[in-house]
Amino acid sequence: MSKIPPELKYTREHEWARIDGDIAVAGISDYAQNELSDVVYVELPKVGSKVKMSEKCGTIEAVKAVVDLLAVVSGEIVEINQSLSTSPELVNSDPYGEGWMLKIKMDNPPETGSLLSAEDYGKLTKETGH
Amino acid sequence: MPFIPNTDEDRRKMLERIGVADFASLLQDIPEELRLKSRLDLPEPLSEMEVRRAADSLSRKNVSQENAVSFMGAGVYDHYIPSVIDKIVSRAEYYTAYTPYQPEVSQGTLQVIYEYQSMICELTGMEVSNASMYDGASALAEAALMGRSINGREEIILASTIHPRYRSAVKTYLHHLCCLIEIPHESGVSDLDYMSDKVGDNTCAIVVQQPNFFGCLEDVFEMAKMAHDAGAVLISCVDPVSLGVIAPPGDYGADIAVGEGQPLGLPSSFGGPFLGIFASKSEHVRKMPGRLVGRTTDLDGQEGFVLTLQTREQHIRRERATSNICTNEALCALSSCVYLALMGKQGLCDAAKLCMEKSHYLAERISELDGFQLPFSAPFFKEFAVKCPIHPEKFIASLVEKGFIPGVPLGRFDSSLSDMLLLAVTEKRTKQEMDSLVSLLREGPD
Repeated sequence: MSKIPPELKYTREHEWARIDGDIAVAGISDYAQNELSDVVYVELPKVGSKVKMSEKCGTIEAVKAVVDLLAVVSGEIVEINQSLSTSPELVNSDPYGEGWMLKIKMDNPPETGSLLSAEDYGKLTKETGH
Repeated sequence: MPFIPNTDEDRRKMLERIGVADFASLLQDIPEELRLKSRLDLPEPLSEMEVRRAADSLSRKNVSQENAVSFMGAGVYDHYIPSVIDKIVSRAEYYTAYTPYQPEVSQGTLQVIYEYQSMICELTGMEVSNASMYDGASALAEAALMGRSINGREEIILASTIHPRYRSAVKTYLHHLCCLIEIPHESGVSDLDYMSDKVGDNTCAIVVQQPNFFGCLEDVFEMAKMAHDAGAVLISCVDPVSLGVIAPPGDYGADIAVGEGQPLGLPSSFGGPFLGIFASKSEHVRKMPGRLVGRTTDLDGQEGFVLTLQTREQHIRRERATSNICTNEALCALSSCVYLALMGKQGLCDAAKLCMEKSHYLAERISELDGFQLPFSAPFFKEFAVKCPIHPEKFIASLVEKGFIPGVPLGRFDSSLSDMLLLAVTEKRTKQEMDSLVSLLREGPD
């Protein structure tokens, strides 16, 4: 059973967001890291670049697959997790903590209304068979 | 010898099994009037010996670098190929044209590719090389695609002094993806003022060939500066042999270096198979197309070779792969690897110097002839254009009869250059051959 912290918001593509004022901290869920297995490289956007909700903003490379990282909300990248460049395994060991990926300054905070609650995300992961 | 192994009895059994009376009834869906009623109108079959004789007689009509003194270049060069290369690449352990699948069981082949990659890095001054691509043109097109994925910008600045066929390949790959801007040339090299006007915030890459299609040397240091000041990448397409005397792409900060590997021990073979060299700065390794062999240690601490970064490849990542190419030219890469190992650092420099000195001797002798002119003043390496008093195709027709291929007429690529001949001089050409060519040019075509 994967961990789904109740205070976070989620996407159908298995990203999470922690909303703090107009800043959203984002990463991938415990379910996602488990499916990917060992993460070996995380490519993140440049600080200062603009991203759009649901559009590709980076890539996550695991031993057996490479997947796109989609932006959880629209806005400007204000910080990226530098430690992932040397320790990508943090995504596996602590997906909601030290394995965070991005901080986005939101352009359009009401967008977060379309994100899933922990409860709905939990249902989604169960529906897909886990 | 029967080439179709089914006997009449086999056929009868197969028809019986599927419940069909005869072969003709299998064809009943084809309208009667479309069926062939007579035998194919072909000559009588020949024995192997007769076919051999006919083929040999046809092949003797070819004029090639084997039986003529060649000054042809324009992308394919008549460098000497040491005989040990053929000996080694013909070994059964290596003799496959293709990249290894189930690669880790092919440790020898992987080691060869790893060594090839290491040598290409050293030769180009770049940090990482892939296992090779199809040829110089496809490598250049892939490099432009990679440039696009590095910074996502939309305009690619292309020097018009790049080989016309290479430019076509780049256009074929990219014309729906981004805007290609061609930079005109002035006296054989790119117009840098024009280029600097075009480079800006939308520039993804500057793409240049060094030496360029006319053999001239471009100011690649200035182009690298222009590209980097604008946050763009520099893609340089090189002749690997030239790197024995001129600055390698790593020296001027090229982000991606590509080239045609044919000069490194591969025969011209009427146009291929060739070898696409592809190397890059290591910060961009994850955007690089093709296969990549890495060295590692296994659980017992022994050295081993593996394909690495495979998750980016098409057979795993499908439509989001860095490229649709996940193969390499294994046998050609092996040939070049053996060539480079055999020549060594000094040998390659010596060969390059010979090309340079000989080509400059020939250029000077030709420029002294009445009516002949060197149209470009830029420095060159082993290849140069000559303006002829008579249509170059006429020289070719006449000189081929005398065992000389004087060069490649530029009119075949660009009608505005129809009075020019492009000559390449490799280390194979002797002073006597060059002097004979000069005499033949002086005499003019018959």
